[in-house]
Amino acid sequence: MTEATEAPATPKPTRIAPIVTLDSKSFWDAADREEFVGQKCGDCGQFTFPPRPMCPHCHSLARVEVKLSGYGTVHSYTIPRHPHPFGFKEAPVVAVILLDEGIRFVSNVVGVTPEDMKFDMPVEVMFEPTMNQHKLPVFRPRSTR
Amino acid sequence: MSRPGRTFTEAAIAGIGATEFSKESGRSELQLAAECSLAACEDAGVNPADIDGMITFTIDNSDEVTLARCLGVKDLAYTARIPGGGAAAAATIFQAMALVNAGVCKNVLVWRAMNERSQYRFGQNPAQGQMSYSAGNGTGSLLWCVPFGAMTPASWGALQTSRYMHTYGVSNRDLGYLAVQQRAYAATNPKAWFYEKPITLEDHQNSKWIQEPWLRLLDCCQESDGGQALLITSLERARDLRQKPVKISGACQSIPYNVEVISNYYHDDLTIMPEAWGTAKRLYAQTGMQPSDMQAAMLYEAFSPHALMQLEAFGFCGKGEAKDFIKSGEIAIDGSLPINTHGGLLGEAYIHGMNSMAEGVRQVRGTSVNQVKKRKVENVLVSSGMAGAILSAV
Repeated sequence: MTEATEAPATPKPTRIAPIVTLDSKSFWDAADREEFVGQKCGDCGQFTFPPRPMCPHCHSLARVEVKLSGYGTVHSYTIPRHPHPFGFKEAPVVAVILLDEGIRFVSNVVGVTPEDMKFDMPVEVMFEPTMNQHKLPVFRPRSTR
Repeated sequence: MSRPGRTFTEAAIAGIGATEFSKESGRSELQLAAECSLAACEDAGVNPADIDGMITFTIDNSDEVTLARCLGVKDLAYTARIPGGGAAAAATIFQAMALVNAGVCKNVLVWRAMNERSQYRFGQNPAQGQMSYSAGNGTGSLLWCVPFGAMTPASWGALQTSRYMHTYGVSNRDLGYLAVQQRAYAATNPKAWFYEKPITLEDHQNSKWIQEPWLRLLDCCQESDGGQALLITSLERARDLRQKPVKISGACQSIPYNVEVISNYYHDDLTIMPEAWGTAKRLYAQTGMQPSDMQAAMLYEAFSPHALMQLEAFGFCGKGEAKDFIKSGEIAIDGSLPINTHGGLLGEAYIHGMNSMAEGVRQVRGTSVNQVKKRKVENVLVSSGMAGAILSAV
């Protein structure tokens, strides 16, 4: 049992685990390995998000998983105050991140107070644990550019 | 003589019917559906047995056939359940119109009935096992929101509109003017939950944050129990029925590429609602009308910023100008475009947008409790964003 070897002080993650579908499984499997990947068409090379089985530009079924830069900017954000989101101690900052690759991804911005949130602020990916031993990509303010 | 079903037939709304709007109906959703449907038929003077088309939209728990069995529908020719939840409210009118236009149906019932306050709550975190991300519910990308704490419609809506509010400098206080006006309408509407309960801008600013710094409690629609139905038939038949006919001059749906319901973050420009721009373009092309031809509008506002974005999409003001349009009183009863004159989803009830469709009918009939009188009502726009209709006097 892994629990026996775990430090007793480590708090158990309370964030709910990703909801995995067949078409998004490779994304979440990569996140478990702390890799932030995107879906690119194997034929025409265009990025698509959310992931889907067919490229809307050339209708290819060839999907290529590519490692993303993990860099982006805050395109929009909100702080859910009521009802308090399940699984969070403090109300999180939820944001739509515009990734450098040109696709948008809903996530959290961590390590920043709500007052310091700015539109278009540069952010970079990191990973946080969830219930059931999964991980998901969140973002923090980018230190160097 | 041309064969039946091969001619173009103008369509009209002949009946509207609703239950009371409450927070605890005390009866099943199916019963609410049956009661409002019967009321719409009685309003029109149509025998429910003669209904031959039935349309609702997703997230309605009442089965078509079960409801038909309550109403004694004797030979149903068409049923449909339109995807998108409330975004499909006006699409029911569009599809009913198309069926009548094509001669496929003679009497189309559209309905929405729910115990969305007493039986379950749209506004709360989804309970375990209650997360139904079923196809057609308009919830495709919510999978990508929920693990990050965006678990409610208000959170999804705020993420969708904050870029708009930021770009055009729309403050939460600016939204307050809309809430105050709609609650003023509700205050004089005996059917409204907030009848005789107007608010001030200060009340709005003192209400708690739901989504900081965008939406306060009084920017959010209610959670309501109730049912609302409409009966659509041919204009020719409607002339002989009980009520003044309300012609459906035009109606359409619009779902542009990469647009989805509420978790709508993947299209090019988050400062607009492309679906409402698409609906506007199609409606004006269909009818040859323009914004100035409307004397009132009912705009779906689960959350107040969506009303602002629709005012811009339908060309009642320019991009970014909706906050000033509202603040200057244009949406009041003596303004250039009264909107949501029943109090809207904020003030009357949240029957998933269908109660706003009914108010459009009342304005054309001239029977609203907050009747537009400054100009004779010839045309009213009803919109649920992804669909819309222009209802006209004949």
